[in-house]
Amino acid sequence: MSAEAVVEINGRKVPIEGERNVLEVIRKANIDLPTFCYHSQLSAYGACRLCLVDIEGRGIVSSCSLSPEPGAKIRTHTPELREMRRMTLELLLANHEMNCPTCPKSADCQLQELARRLGVNTVRFKRTHAPKPVDTSSPFLLRDPGKCVLCGDCVRMCKEVQGIGAIDFAFRGAAVSVVPAFGKNLDQVECVGCGQCASVCPTAALTVKSDVAKVYAALADKNAEVVAQIAPAVRVALGEAYGLPAGTVATGQIVAALKALGFARVYDTAYSADLTVLEETHEFLGRKTKNEKLPHLTSCCPAWVRFVEQYYPKWIKHLSSCKSPQQMLGSVIKAEGAPDGKHLVVVSVMPCTAKKGEAGLDKFRSGDCQDVDVVLTTQELVRMIDEGGLRFDQLEPDSLDSPFGLKTGAGLLFGASGGVSEAVLRQAAEELGAARDGLAAFQSVRGDQGVREVAISVGGNPLKLAVVSGLANAKALLARVESGAVEYDLIEVMACPGGCVNGAGNPVRKNKDTIAARAKGLYHADKMLDLHRSSENHEVKTYYERVLGDVGGKKAHALLHTTYQSRARIDGAALKLVEGSQPAALAVTVCVGTSCHVRGAQTLLRKLITQVETAGIADTVDIQASFCHEACDQGPTVVVGGTTLHRTTADQAFAAVLAALQTKAAPDDRVLHG
Amino acid sequence: MTTGTVITQESLTKEGLAYQSAAGGAERRLIICAGTGCVAGGALEVYSEFVRAISAAGIDVVTELRPEAPPLPGFVHVSRSGCQGFCQMGPLATVLPDGILYTRVKKGDVAEIVESTLKHGKAVERLLYVDKSAKRSCRGIAEIPFYQAQHRFVLKECGVIDPDSLPEYLAKEGYQAACRAYTRMTPQSICAEIDKAGLRGRGGGGFPTGRKWEAARAQPAGTKYVICNGDEGDPGAFMDRSVMEGNPHSVIEGMMIAARGVGASEGFVYVRAEYPLAVRRVRKAVEDAKRAGLLGQNLFGTNFSLDITVMEGAGAFVCGEETALIASIEGKRGMPAPKPPFPAQSGLWGKPTVINNVETLASVPRILNMGAESFRTLGSRTSPGTKTFALTGHVVNTGLIEVAFGATLRDIVFGVGGGVTTDDGSAMSEMKAVQIGGPSGGCLVPDHLDLSLDFDSLRGIGAMVGSGGLVVMNRDTCMVSMARFFMQFTQNESCGKCVLCREGTKQMLALLDDIIEGRATLGTLDLLEKLARTVQKGSLCGLGKTAPNPVLSMTRLFREEYLAHVVEKRCPAGRCKALLRPHVIPAKCKGCGVCIKACPTSAIRGEKRQVHVIDETLCTKCGACAKACRLGAIEGVA
Amino acid sequence: MLPEALPEEASHPSTSPSRKFQKVCDILAKHEHRASRLIPILQAVQEEYRYLPEEVMTYLATSLHIPPAEVYGVATFYSHFALAPKGKHVLRLCDGTACHVKRSIPILEALRSKLRVSEAKPTTDDLLFTVETVSCLGACGLAPVLVVNDQVHGQVTPEAACAIVDEIAAKETAQ
Repeated sequence: MSAEAVVEINGRKVPIEGERNVLEVIRKANIDLPTFCYHSQLSAYGACRLCLVDIEGRGIVSSCSLSPEPGAKIRTHTPELREMRRMTLELLLANHEMNCPTCPKSADCQLQELARRLGVNTVRFKRTHAPKPVDTSSPFLLRDPGKCVLCGDCVRMCKEVQGIGAIDFAFRGAAVSVVPAFGKNLDQVECVGCGQCASVCPTAALTVKSDVAKVYAALADKNAEVVAQIAPAVRVALGEAYGLPAGTVATGQIVAALKALGFARVYDTAYSADLTVLEETHEFLGRKTKNEKLPHLTSCCPAWVRFVEQYYPKWIKHLSSCKSPQQMLGSVIKAEGAPDGKHLVVVSVMPCTAKKGEAGLDKFRSGDCQDVDVVLTTQELVRMIDEGGLRFDQLEPDSLDSPFGLKTGAGLLFGASGGVSEAVLRQAAEELGAARDGLAAFQSVRGDQGVREVAISVGGNPLKLAVVSGLANAKALLARVESGAVEYDLIEVMACPGGCVNGAGNPVRKNKDTIAARAKGLYHADKMLDLHRSSENHEVKTYYERVLGDVGGKKAHALLHTTYQSRARIDGAALKLVEGSQPAALAVTVCVGTSCHVRGAQTLLRKLITQVETAGIADTVDIQASFCHEACDQGPTVVVGGTTLHRTTADQAFAAVLAALQTKAAPDDRVLHG
Repeated sequence: MTTGTVITQESLTKEGLAYQSAAGGAERRLIICAGTGCVAGGALEVYSEFVRAISAAGIDVVTELRPEAPPLPGFVHVSRSGCQGFCQMGPLATVLPDGILYTRVKKGDVAEIVESTLKHGKAVERLLYVDKSAKRSCRGIAEIPFYQAQHRFVLKECGVIDPDSLPEYLAKEGYQAACRAYTRMTPQSICAEIDKAGLRGRGGGGFPTGRKWEAARAQPAGTKYVICNGDEGDPGAFMDRSVMEGNPHSVIEGMMIAARGVGASEGFVYVRAEYPLAVRRVRKAVEDAKRAGLLGQNLFGTNFSLDITVMEGAGAFVCGEETALIASIEGKRGMPAPKPPFPAQSGLWGKPTVINNVETLASVPRILNMGAESFRTLGSRTSPGTKTFALTGHVVNTGLIEVAFGATLRDIVFGVGGGVTTDDGSAMSEMKAVQIGGPSGGCLVPDHLDLSLDFDSLRGIGAMVGSGGLVVMNRDTCMVSMARFFMQFTQNESCGKCVLCREGTKQMLALLDDIIEGRATLGTLDLLEKLARTVQKGSLCGLGKTAPNPVLSMTRLFREEYLAHVVEKRCPAGRCKALLRPHVIPAKCKGCGVCIKACPTSAIRGEKRQVHVIDETLCTKCGACAKACRLGAIEGVA
Repeated sequence: MLPEALPEEASHPSTSPSRKFQKVCDILAKHEHRASRLIPILQAVQEEYRYLPEEVMTYLATSLHIPPAEVYGVATFYSHFALAPKGKHVLRLCDGTACHVKRSIPILEALRSKLRVSEAKPTTDDLLFTVETVSCLGACGLAPVLVVNDQVHGQVTPEAACAIVDEIAAKETAQ
């Protein structure tokens, strides 16, 4: 065995330089071995069998799972291996819903590309699986199991990077399928809408839900005034679909395209990002002064917000009450009103799938319409541009409209992980009287690690920030904060690793370099602008003077702030425990969701049942154990008839049961706190 | 033994002697086989009846012999044992010291046995085994060819001792080897001794056990695990079950020695849930050993400890694969992981883990007791020792057997097995093939009858020892539908993770169906073989890699039969329904019309006293016509 | 599953839902709420309910702090876990190699035809019988083997199998 750290690939010597596996060494040697299930961010899985290599003395093994061993003699393209790869693809194609021309992933699908690259020109096998139904339930994603190649990337992404695990493999053998729990639809389970599963899916098994039809309908409506807002992360990525390098700021062309499609006006979400900065900095500094509700948690990422509402109800009060820039701008535009006779339709162009769900929330509804009517992802806009026959790279750039088109560099930063923090720091510096030209110091929040800790002094005030992207990282960090191991003043969390530039709505053919290039584009754009601090945005200042009044004042709160609530993680049936035989049995429900469980719901339930049975009234009550009444930080929660008891005990619940049985009067909906 | 006192070789010997002394007071020992097979035949009722009847006859009955309270001499010791192997002749009852083996014992026979044998030492002739070929009745196992042709090494005490009795195990040198391993040997010397003995994994892989242990031992010190793989999922294999039911302490002792050899302090026994009796016996053995201080902290007075947990499988054949088994213990779906890294380097919870088969572990104490050199005198040079087999199928004597490596197929099928029979066992037939190694194995044909069986010789002909299932098939077996049967099994048990196994086995099954149902062409056969080789070479784990073995083996050895199905659309064995073509033999047909009346689809036409004809388009191949015909004039029916 | 006398702590499936739920809580406590013990926990829960109800699985997921999709994935992977209620009398026919060559399939066909069940729908509508195949019970010397509840029947024929079903059905109507 050679003492040098060198392997031989197809007869050529290649050095080993710390690569995790043989596949990475082979790719470094410029041989792009095909894979489906291998992903540099996820654990090695070894299922697709495409990366097989022939190693002398070892035989045929998968290169993604093997550590490089010095002296190994590797062959990547023997006739046998080539035949095996072709056969593997044919096996997948045999049961694939092959409707490429009408498939949303057409021309972007790895299965299609590999079939072409590996020279598969016939499928020798028959279809053996029955067709599976498409799941259209979720506002964020479209799930088509018939296109799934079972690479498991989505499962590992949701579990390992996002710490959620809303989808997983079920069944065995040829019946294996990737499904949400119990085969439910995505909107019935813990999915937070981050869409990262779709961004790693090599085929069209998981794609972004398309709302293009809604936009076309609005554009065709003569009574509608359709306006758009563009998110920062969109402008540095959309151009990739047209051959422009990642990070190219294509705002002008995007505006031109939107106008050509029929949008009346195009605004910039970076404008409302500036608004957000002003409101949030004011809020943050207020908390810091009063030393309450710290650490402050950012709230512009809707997947993160949903994550907190589902898993960390105790932390809800730490979330900034600021709406996200998308929603702020939606409210602002709607408040301005439309020209006579028409009704306003606000369409936001986002790099994000979760925004689709956010826009549709009931709390963001005023009157008979949502503040943001439709959310289009970058990918969908590309579709519309293509359908419109527009030659994007040749469009004459156009400018954004006033007044909501003006932004500072701070607003642009929102698209990258660390951006919100940096923008807030710049603003805080001003409010705390720090030097005017110390902006470079705040760049310490930039970087590509998933968790970054920054200790910084702003105007003599020490601040500790944590910048997180990826929800599993957030989970780990919150655990450390809860244990007291660390302390922060502000925690910024973006669900997508790297921030919004890596959103699932942006073009998904990318790697780490692409993401870094997109972020760099935003930083560059910030540098090239004249204004870098949100308070320097004079259109925003005018808006305060004209409409809002004070920053953080009553009007600002009404229009630009929101509230949060606990959310159940799964739509589940309740466990029937005591079934009263009498027809009008009193319905009693005890919540046994995680938070209530942690607070002793199980013991309460046991005691309550015993008390009921001992008192001999079991046939007059129906007792159920249910999941989540979405009042997680007030548990244990028991519902007796129509009355909800919070922070209650078994004795109190039992007393309520007796009382309810005695009073045969119609129960009133009261909420009692123990 | 009480916890707190240090267990030494002397104390173990003393315990053993105490048991022997107590047992010596028995007038007679009656052993009732309580393996699953005999229990199905009513062995437990027989047992209870014996206990009742002997007591009623005024004789002291002892069912649980406790050395600390030895019964007064003159009693009859009645105990239940694990599988004695002669499953087709069960329920079995052995009387010692007379050395009599009674077969097919029913509750109603008990009174006579008590009267004749226990009271007067006379054998009950009608319950003895009759060797049909030698035409004589056999008093005990010494005369029965089924037993004589075997070499019961691992199974020595299975079928003799009471598996629930720790004291009896101690009386058979129980835990002596473990004691020596912990107090007088080093981990290195243990691994070296097992390596020297040449013990190879009995679960199918045949990997040298000593080397596996050494690989784990050599990993940096820290948490390590030993796991006993009792997930014997091969249909037609029940060797491991019998060892776990019949001599669970031998497995535990083997695990202890393995733990000492690699440096593990926690162990798991993973047993299929389909073996509830085995689960119970192993659990009890673990508890008894713990109570006696043989497991737990400060083993044999050292600083070492070992805790064993028994875990039940939940119905997944793939969990017999090491990494899938590990995933199952971790509470996950039993999906295998790519190897390397091997479990010895990174296994359960990422720690060095040694996984051994039940039979492998049960061999270990005996090897240490007799010495590596002595062990090597058994078996063949590259495969020392013996192997248990489950001999089933179309053979006279089905059951659990054990022979030394190097025995020939002829020795097993004809010597132990007594020859090949028809499907229902009523008459003799010819051997067509013997499937060895379960659904992952290959076929042996009459040409191999004199092949000396061991790991390497079998691999050389494209077969494998596997777990030890041996299914004998007579000449009426269709080798295409057998291949399909095996493929259906492995396909059903595929975990679904890797493309080649999940999709490949399904497609192989579809291609085999094409062959069986007359839709195949030569291209089908060609594609089947190509696909089989790809799945064999490229699958992620052992299940996928061996699933195509039956197909590859049978298409090679029975090519003519496959070609008949493909080209002629004919099933030579007359089994594949779709290829059957019932037809009237004109020379034999008298035109009586009986078949016309019998046919449910009116597919037969013919005038009286004219030769009848079957219309193939209407025929459903039900066979009613052939059954009705008294002249044997219809053939081509299953 | 086997007719040998069960040890002292034989649990008889309780009938009251609250008792069963209590048992679930006890099972979780016995396994120290450890996620790695999911499989033995599911086995014990199935003992109580005769199958795995969805609500109970959701409760297990919440108690063990693992995603419900993972519990579902484990429950659907292993053949032992039933997600639909099984019949009162479970007929398990062995289709392992030894039983197969001794013609177990005709027995399966006879049972399925008699009870009007199939592979997709193995349980009778009145929830009295379930017919399923097992891949080897390890009683190969007695092939073909049929296990009815806990009773192992060896060397079965289609007629004998149907007779067993008739006997059970008669007992049920008599009650």
